[in-house]
Amino acid sequence: MRLLIVWCPDWPVIAAAAAENLLPHIPAAVARGNEITSCSAIARTEGVRRGMRKRQAQERCPELKIFEADPTRDARLFEPVAAAVEELAPGIEVIRPGLIAVAAQGPAGYFEGEENAAERLVDHVAQTTGVEAQVGIADGLFAATKAAHRGVIVARNRSAEFLAPLGIQELTEPDLVDLLRRLGIRTLGAFAQLDERKVADRFGGLAVQAHKNARGLDERPLAKRKPVEDLEVTQHFDPPVERVDQAAFAAKALAERLHAELNERAQACMRLGIHARTEHGEEVHRVWRCAEPLTPKGIADRVRWQLDGWLTNNTLTAGVHLLRLVPEEVIDAAALQLGLWGHDAGAEKAARAFVHVQGLLGPDGVLTPVLGGGRGPEDQVRLVPWGDEKTPRHDPDQPWPGRLNGPSPATVKSQPATLTDAAGQDVVVTGRNDLTGIPHRFALNGGPSLDVAAWSGPWPVDERWWDPETARRAARMQVIAGETAFLLVREDGRWAVEGVYD
Amino acid sequence: MSRSATATLVALGVNPASELTETTADHATGRVLPVRGELADLLPWGGLRRGSTVSVGGSTSLLLALLAGATATGCWAAVVGLPHIGVLAAAELGVAVHRLALVPRPGGDPAAVVAALLDGIDLVAVEATRSLSPSLARRLSARARQRKAVLLAFGAWPGADVELQVVGSRWEGLGRGHGKLRDQALTVRASGRGAAARPRTVELDLVGGGRIEFLHSKGELAWVP
Repeated sequence: MRLLIVWCPDWPVIAAAAAENLLPHIPAAVARGNEITSCSAIARTEGVRRGMRKRQAQERCPELKIFEADPTRDARLFEPVAAAVEELAPGIEVIRPGLIAVAAQGPAGYFEGEENAAERLVDHVAQTTGVEAQVGIADGLFAATKAAHRGVIVARNRSAEFLAPLGIQELTEPDLVDLLRRLGIRTLGAFAQLDERKVADRFGGLAVQAHKNARGLDERPLAKRKPVEDLEVTQHFDPPVERVDQAAFAAKALAERLHAELNERAQACMRLGIHARTEHGEEVHRVWRCAEPLTPKGIADRVRWQLDGWLTNNTLTAGVHLLRLVPEEVIDAAALQLGLWGHDAGAEKAARAFVHVQGLLGPDGVLTPVLGGGRGPEDQVRLVPWGDEKTPRHDPDQPWPGRLNGPSPATVKSQPATLTDAAGQDVVVTGRNDLTGIPHRFALNGGPSLDVAAWSGPWPVDERWWDPETARRAARMQVIAGETAFLLVREDGRWAVEGVYD
Repeated sequence: MSRSATATLVALGVNPASELTETTADHATGRVLPVRGELADLLPWGGLRRGSTVSVGGSTSLLLALLAGATATGCWAAVVGLPHIGVLAAAELGVAVHRLALVPRPGGDPAAVVAALLDGIDLVAVEATRSLSPSLARRLSARARQRKAVLLAFGAWPGADVELQVVGSRWEGLGRGHGKLRDQALTVRASGRGAAARPRTVELDLVGGGRIEFLHSKGELAWVP
């Protein structure tokens, strides 16, 4: 999917400086504990770097102002930026404070071209909030984020080429980066060239994701599972929530409820919609997108941040009296990596074994079936690699006239066959769906000819008759020959066995 | 105890001297995985005892049906080999396919794959092929015993605790030019070691074609017999 990413560089520092009214010419940094986690551009020119010890940073830059890390502050001050972007590009998703994703198609269409859209967004954010932002566009979240860091637009289908020359440290997993470096792999391109199977084998599941990223593939298949319509949790507040500490308390309770609901459905949330309504009838909502399934704490944090953002930036004219959480996108919890879902010990053990086998055979070595709509026995089943998203091939909710009811064949394998009448003539299905003879002998794949003991059909298969490209005219029959029952299909003037009821 | 009473007990599959004896405690402690009602008679333990190896011959449907009871009650199953199994038929026979994984092409060293699966999966069905030599097969059965998993072999398997061979199969419902396949009647010859030592022939109706319902909340399927 083509994504537009709006990135505000050094956001924690910008937010901290804004909160403390720090003058822009004073170098600043944010530290968690003793480690610098973010620094301003000015501080960087003085030699301050991320990952440094506080003291080391102060040695290099004595006038450095250091703030303690505060995710709530980051989120609260980011809300006006998100709102500004949303004015031009509806449907935004906040990935974290400082980073917003939106489908590129909308703004690019509206502003006639991606360059134009990017320019307009940067201008608009600067004018309304005074924050400097950069925009990047590319296919896939990982590539688009890297594009935003560089403020470039990557042409369609060129994400892999764009990523190839970038250094291996662009991957977000420090242990993996360290390991790859020691193996002499210094660019994303070099990493991308490794065989996926070997990556799975040597480095495990996290590395497979990183490898997908490095190849410019989307981190998740786009076929999203639409969440259940009625799944949402709501909370009325009487009196309305007006203060941040009240918001934190409300967020925690609501998050646990949502998590429990998802848990019951064996799902995990990847995109969270937060909706609020005030006493004055104002409605606001914001979507948070996450790279990892949200834990109860992750949900609570985002709800708290968002409420905090709305309450302190005068977006709302009154307290919040209704809060609603809607999981916008969920994934199957059973398909997740271990450790994220520690409830079902059996599923966890099974997942470990499957991943082990994927290590031996490659990701496509272990498949899980997903049943869906369709007519034929093969149509209704889709096999997806273990760990991938389980979406059926066809919509199970549509009616499928012409679908065979009753038992399905236990073996589904297409093989040529012959069906002849007593005179040894091929039994043909006419245009009016009649047989030209009484089935007498049957042979499978050139094998011995068997007496037909019973038969039924033909039942017409008229698939996609409205589309000449994929239209399929065929007829099915059930035949018992030599004590075995077969499912036959007549297509293009030939009989074939579609399945065996063995 | 009179002789006839002992004989009756043996006929019922109760043999106190054998490790294969079914006890109520086995069921209660989860040492026996449940199977569909009509299959319980085939097995000396009334289900699939953890750690055992059961070989199935002559019918894919029977193999699939053996996976149904356990997966429906929360166990996980894997099928190694057998690239053409009908997943739809499995679902209709009651297999919870969302707890089923397929390894259709186990590669050059299938024993390593089966061994890895036995470590974490309750029920592993394996196609007996030439690349699994008798000694490898025995080792895998030992692994299953050690890991408290059930090894279901499709085809001849040396050292199987129970062998189920389908010797006859009859479909009901299909006539000469009318009807539809409805029920399958299988004649199964069960033999093996311990309590199953005395070969028995059992007739059973395998009622497939259960209605499959989509559960919207999970995108999963429920089986409605």
